[in-house]
Amino acid sequence: MSHAADASHPADHIPTGLDNKKLMMWLFLASDCMFFGTLITTHLVYRKIYENVGVDPITVFDIELTTASSFILLMSSLLMALAVSAIHKGDVKSFRWNLVGVIIFGTLFLGGQVYEFNHFVHLGLTLSTGTFGSTFYVMTGTHGVHVALGILWLISWLVYSFSPKFNAHENAVDVETAGLYWHFVDIVWIVIFTAVYLIEYV
Amino acid sequence: MSLTTTTTTAPSPTPPHTSEEGPSRSNIGLVRPDFSTGLKDLLTTVDHKKIGAMYAIFALAFLIIGGVEALFIRAQLAVAENNLVSAETYNQLFTMHGTTMVFLAVMPLSSAFFNFLVPLQIGARDVAFPRLNAFSLWTFVAGAIVVNISWLFQAAQALGWFTTENGMTDIVPAGGWFGYAPLTSDEYTGIGTDFWIFGLQVLGIASIAASLNFIVTIINFRAPGMKMMRLPVFVWMTLITSILVIFAFPPITVALGELMFDRYFGTNFFRVDQGGQPILWQHLFWVFGHPEVYILILPAMGIISEILPVSSKKPLFGYSLIVFSGAVIGFLGFAVWSHHMFTTGLGKVATAAFSLLTMAIAVPTGVKIFNWIGTLWGGRIKFTVPMVLSLGFIWMFMMGGFSGIMHSSAPSDAQQQDSYFVVAHFHYVLIGGSILSLMAGVYFWMPKMTGKMWYGKLGYWVAGIVIVGLNLTFFPMHFLGMIGMPRRTHTYLEGTGWEPMNLVCTIGAFILAIGIFFFLYDIFRTLRKGPPAGDDPWDGRTLEWTISSPPPAYNFARTPIVHSRDALWAHKHGKESVKLGSVEPSPGGIHMPSNSWFPLVASVGFLILGVSMALKQAGVPYCGYIAISGLLITFVGIYLWALEGPGGYHLHPEEKA
Ligand SMILES: [Cu+2]
Repeated sequence: MSHAADASHPADHIPTGLDNKKLMMWLFLASDCMFFGTLITTHLVYRKIYENVGVDPITVFDIELTTASSFILLMSSLLMALAVSAIHKGDVKSFRWNLVGVIIFGTLFLGGQVYEFNHFVHLGLTLSTGTFGSTFYVMTGTHGVHVALGILWLISWLVYSFSPKFNAHENAVDVETAGLYWHFVDIVWIVIFTAVYLIEYV
Repeated sequence: MSLTTTTTTAPSPTPPHTSEEGPSRSNIGLVRPDFSTGLKDLLTTVDHKKIGAMYAIFALAFLIIGGVEALFIRAQLAVAENNLVSAETYNQLFTMHGTTMVFLAVMPLSSAFFNFLVPLQIGARDVAFPRLNAFSLWTFVAGAIVVNISWLFQAAQALGWFTTENGMTDIVPAGGWFGYAPLTSDEYTGIGTDFWIFGLQVLGIASIAASLNFIVTIINFRAPGMKMMRLPVFVWMTLITSILVIFAFPPITVALGELMFDRYFGTNFFRVDQGGQPILWQHLFWVFGHPEVYILILPAMGIISEILPVSSKKPLFGYSLIVFSGAVIGFLGFAVWSHHMFTTGLGKVATAAFSLLTMAIAVPTGVKIFNWIGTLWGGRIKFTVPMVLSLGFIWMFMMGGFSGIMHSSAPSDAQQQDSYFVVAHFHYVLIGGSILSLMAGVYFWMPKMTGKMWYGKLGYWVAGIVIVGLNLTFFPMHFLGMIGMPRRTHTYLEGTGWEPMNLVCTIGAFILAIGIFFFLYDIFRTLRKGPPAGDDPWDGRTLEWTISSPPPAYNFARTPIVHSRDALWAHKHGKESVKLGSVEPSPGGIHMPSNSWFPLVASVGFLILGVSMALKQAGVPYCGYIAISGLLITFVGIYLWALEGPGGYHLHPEEKA
């Protein structure tokens, strides 16, 4: 997807020295901050508004499991950093293995979320359980969609890395851009984990 | 000055260009199509100038649609107890009028200028991501269709060709352009709201994509020597507007998403009996809605700041102040959203704070107005049509600003809330401000865009009729509001004393419509018979006037090197040290991006998704699957777009250097 970028006069100078695609990603992430900021704020103002929904978040949440899956997502960020550094060095093999790691860890995280949602619904916390259920699922679900899109993007790079057109030197900046996205999604999860899960235990 | 005069061509730093047929083309891409004319070219083009022109055409078309809706509204209100349209139709009319004017007329007309002008004014060959630019255009068109197709479904229903499962009648959006939830929840509205939600979501994607593109373009694609503080003011205002868009659209996207979840999946964001809070919608909507006002007006300020110096033959007075005050307006724009909610009972402290912050906006705005007046002061003013429209803008905008200050005080706002006084205020700002300056921009840059010059006196008539019509329509509304006439009601009783002024407003609206009609006619006849414009018909100051009219596909045969602000002016009249230079052309020729089908494909996916999701709510079978297929089309489009690669070919303009 990062090929979506195309420079119309690549040979010309760039006054800031910032790569177009990377700058674009930074700006997109700034915009996405507002997006998640709004969702998280909605949850924070709604979580106590209507308490007699019949479900207590603390009895529903399985904090050990969520902590473990959060840790897995954090580790995927580390692997992503290694993948980016590998492709910058031109080490395609190491790049691929690290990418496979990111993809597996990301999928594990998503699997954890699917399990969690399923489990919570069985315990009575659904989309329509007061405003708590609505904001909880919509926010964490939106984050999940971000993770899923990220995984799709990284899988595309993994597949593309076997194409004869793949060039570690030229495509490094694309992978780095995908990496920025991935780190951002991880950081947002830490905020969500704190603001949605941990806060219930305060 | 007579409009038919074309002043002598400016000394051009770039040698004259040869025709399009000459260049040798070496294909360096994969299989990207390479059309240069015809419908296929328009559908696949990645040229910022053609994209800008298409934005303008779509925007003018929607200006007509939104204008006709306004005329129906004014005709209904011309006399008391009128029943030209029903209350339901009236709701649909004012909803669609607001939505159309904000999202489908003013914003895309601004986009047309961004697209056409920004690369030219910064000395670039194109925007940073040409295919993303095409995607923004087509996604805007998709969103516009999603909102407006509701009229067709309503017509089909009236003819008996289309039925909804539960026989709901409100197929056209009728919840106001502000869509206050829970009044827009599924209990109270039909699929009109769904068309509105999905249309706005798609339009939001288009706006954010376009804005990201422009920010990167302005930051990274400036010609050598074009420092940030040498950028033309219009480019600065584009930059600030784009930053506002990327921060203001996410909150409305979330709000629309929450409303959609309430309607489709049974969430409780706005269900009061389940703890949902109506005020949440208001906060999220106005966190977007107030910056949106500046998204609409800052480009207008940019256009005016370009026209005034040219028409008074003086540099812009206080360039840095204009830029700085623009940034301050943008920043404060985010801090004042709650002034739209004074009457919701925010509490004393919040109300006082938002009151003060709102008043503070008058300062940078006033600074700008004084800068414009300072620019005119002592200048050799030429009353060209763009200049007359610009002066009209300053008048209308000042009027709108004054009534704005009156709202900023919470107690007086409480009186004016939901009255015609508010309607008068924002029409002075948005129609008198945005539309008037965008018209000035059309008169100013159309010769560059088309190579045709305006002729005759029709332009002056257009300016005169429009300015008179605007004031006749909206000035009495101040008084109507003061004596208690409310907004959004489809009629009023006889004996209220509102009748004479309403009649004046309606007459004014039709005069305004005549002005707009002549404006469109003037464009049409100039396109057909206008004399050649020449490269620099207004004796301009910025880089776009250095190249031929219309500009060649590659814009600049040699990238200019800039040594000062007002680059072309300095080149024509300044010292040797500030004359424009140019970069040596690369021996391989100019790299041009090829056309692409995939931005269009991705946008069509959104169109299918939006329309089928709305129809799903009406119980039309298989819509869920069609919606998924729409999403898949978008994904496939993006993948093919990525795999297609940058592509491109090389052009060798024959230079007589
Ligand atoms: Cu406001």
